[in-house]
Amino acid sequence: MAEVLVYVDHVDGAVRKPTLELLTLARRIGDPVAVHLGAGADAAAATLAEYGAVKVLTADAPEFADYLVAPKVDALQAAHEAVSPAAVLLPSSTEGKEIAARLALRIGSGIITDAVDLEAGDSGPVATQSVFAASFTTKSRVTKGTPVITVKPNSAAPETAQAAGTVEQLSVTFGEKSTGTKVVSRTPRESTGRPELTEAAIVVSGGRGVNGAENFSIIEELADALGAAVGASRAAVDAGWYPHTHQVGQTGKSVSPQLYIAAGISGAIQHRAGMQTSKTIVAINKDSEAPIFDLVDYGVVGDLFDVVPKLTEEVKTRKG
Amino acid sequence: MSLRIVVCVKYVPDATGDRHFADDLTVDRDDVDGLLSELDEYAVEQALQIAEDAEDAEVTVLTVGPEDARDALRKALSMGADKAVHVEDDDLHGTDAIGTSLVLAKAIEKTGYDLVVCGMASTDGTMGVLPAMLAERLGVPQVTLLSEVSVADGKVTGRRDGDTATEQLEAALPAVVSVTDQSGEARYPSFKGIMAAKKKPVQSLDLDDLDIDADEVGLEGSWTAVDEAAERPARTAGTIVTDEGEGAKQLAEFLAGQKFI
Repeated sequence: MAEVLVYVDHVDGAVRKPTLELLTLARRIGDPVAVHLGAGADAAAATLAEYGAVKVLTADAPEFADYLVAPKVDALQAAHEAVSPAAVLLPSSTEGKEIAARLALRIGSGIITDAVDLEAGDSGPVATQSVFAASFTTKSRVTKGTPVITVKPNSAAPETAQAAGTVEQLSVTFGEKSTGTKVVSRTPRESTGRPELTEAAIVVSGGRGVNGAENFSIIEELADALGAAVGASRAAVDAGWYPHTHQVGQTGKSVSPQLYIAAGISGAIQHRAGMQTSKTIVAINKDSEAPIFDLVDYGVVGDLFDVVPKLTEEVKTRKG
Repeated sequence: MSLRIVVCVKYVPDATGDRHFADDLTVDRDDVDGLLSELDEYAVEQALQIAEDAEDAEVTVLTVGPEDARDALRKALSMGADKAVHVEDDDLHGTDAIGTSLVLAKAIEKTGYDLVVCGMASTDGTMGVLPAMLAERLGVPQVTLLSEVSVADGKVTGRRDGDTATEQLEAALPAVVSVTDQSGEARYPSFKGIMAAKKKPVQSLDLDDLDIDADEVGLEGSWTAVDEAAERPARTAGTIVTDEGEGAKQLAEFLAGQKFI
C-alpha cells in the first residue's frame, strides 16, 4: 500500500490532537508515515504508532527551533525523497500551511489547504473544503505531483489502530537560505488550562452583548463547566475585552467544533466565516432579529446575563 | 539608498455579497462587487509606515487580476502608495495559488525590491500561503504573520503570535513580510490622497512582459482541480425559544439530548 507522509505537530513530543486526526484520515489513502521534527520523538513514537503510523521518521537539530519554517521544509523534502509518498498531510495551522506551501513548490506539487474531509479517489485523494463562509462545499484534487494537503482541526475523530511505528532517523541537509529568518526569542503562550481554541470540541464565545472585560468571567465559567475553549467576536476583541488570540472570525481563528455556543453575538458575516462549519450551533441573544439565529440548531432569545449563569448551574448539576 | 517596498494586494469579492461559483467552477466575479481585501489594507498601512520611517523609500503596490482589480490599486494609491503595477492577462483566468505566486514573484523581480509586504491571507481564498511561496520563489527570508514590524539598518524585525508561542523574528533584507490585522489600523484615504492617486502611475504588465507561458497559469496550468462545488443546503430552521425564566433549562435539555452534557 502507498505510504502517506503525516507532519507531526507537537510540543516537545506531546502530540497535538490534529495530528491524530491526520493519521486517522491518512489511513483511508495509505499507510501513514509520521515525520517528527525536534525533541521528544521517543515520547511521541508510541502515540503515533497507536494511531496507525507504520513508521516514524525523526530528525532533531537546533535549526528547527532557531529559524522560522524553512528548515522544516528541508526536512519534509528529505522525507519526501526517502519515501515517495502518495500524499503529504499537514495540520492547517498557520505554520503547517506555510510549510505545505513551500514544500509544494519544492517538490513540484499542487496544494490544497483547509480540507474538512479526505477520501481516496480514482486519481488520488479527494479533499472536501468549505468555502465562502461555509456557503459552499467543494471537492478538489491535486492534479500535478504528490498531493500536499492541509486539514483543519476537528475534521475527523481520532481512531486508534496499532501499527509498528518503527523509528528511523531522517537525514536532513539544511539549505543555505533556510537559516535566513532567526527566531530571536520565543515566549510560550501561558496556558489557561482550557483546550486550545482551534482544537476544542466545544467553544463558548462572547460578543458585544457581554459588555465589558469583567463580564467575560460568565463566559469562562460556562466554558469550564463544559470543558470548552473560550472564543470572542471581533467586536469584543476590538473593545479590548478579550485577547485577540481568542478571536473567532475571518480575521481571527476559524473553528469547527462539535458544539459552538455564541452568547451576545449578532452573527455578522465576519464572525460567521470563522464558525459556520461548527457541527451544532447554539445562540443566546436578546435581539430576536440577530442574524445568528438563522444559523442555530437551538436559540434562546434572552438576556445572556440571566441565561448563561443559569445554564452553567444546569450543566454542573447534570454533570454531578 | 532608497528602500524599495512592494506591497502585494488582492481584489476580492465583497464578503457581504452573495458569493458563488461560475460554470467553470472559478469564483464568479460578475455578480458581486469587488474591493481591496481588508487584510491587505494592513499590509499597505505597514508599508507606508516603514517608508515614512526610512530616509528614502518608495512603495509600489502590485496586483494580479482582471481590469476591475485596478480599483484595489487605486485604493492603495489613495492611502499613500507611490506607484502601482497591474498584471492583467486573459490567460490568467482561473490561476491557482501556485500560479499566482509565479506571476507575483516575476513581477516583483521585474519591479525591483528590498522588501515585499503582504497581508496574512486574502479574504476570499483564505489560504494564507502566498507569502511563504513568494519567499521560496524569491529565495529570501520569510518573516510572516507579524503583529509588529519594523525595518532598520538593512534588517526587518517583528513579532509573530503563533498558536503556542510568541516569537521575535529577525532577517536581513531583502525579505518577504506578512502582517496580521493586529499590526495597526489602516488609515483612511484623505480627499487629497484620492485626488493625488489619480495622477500616480499604474504600470500594466501581461504574461509576455514577465516571460511566463500561458500554459503555466490559468485553469489549464492549475495544479489543482475543483470537481464539484455545491451550495450548502440551507440549515433546517433550528428551535428558537424565548426566555421567560426557563430558557437556560430548555437549552440544557437540548444539550443533554445531544450528549454534550
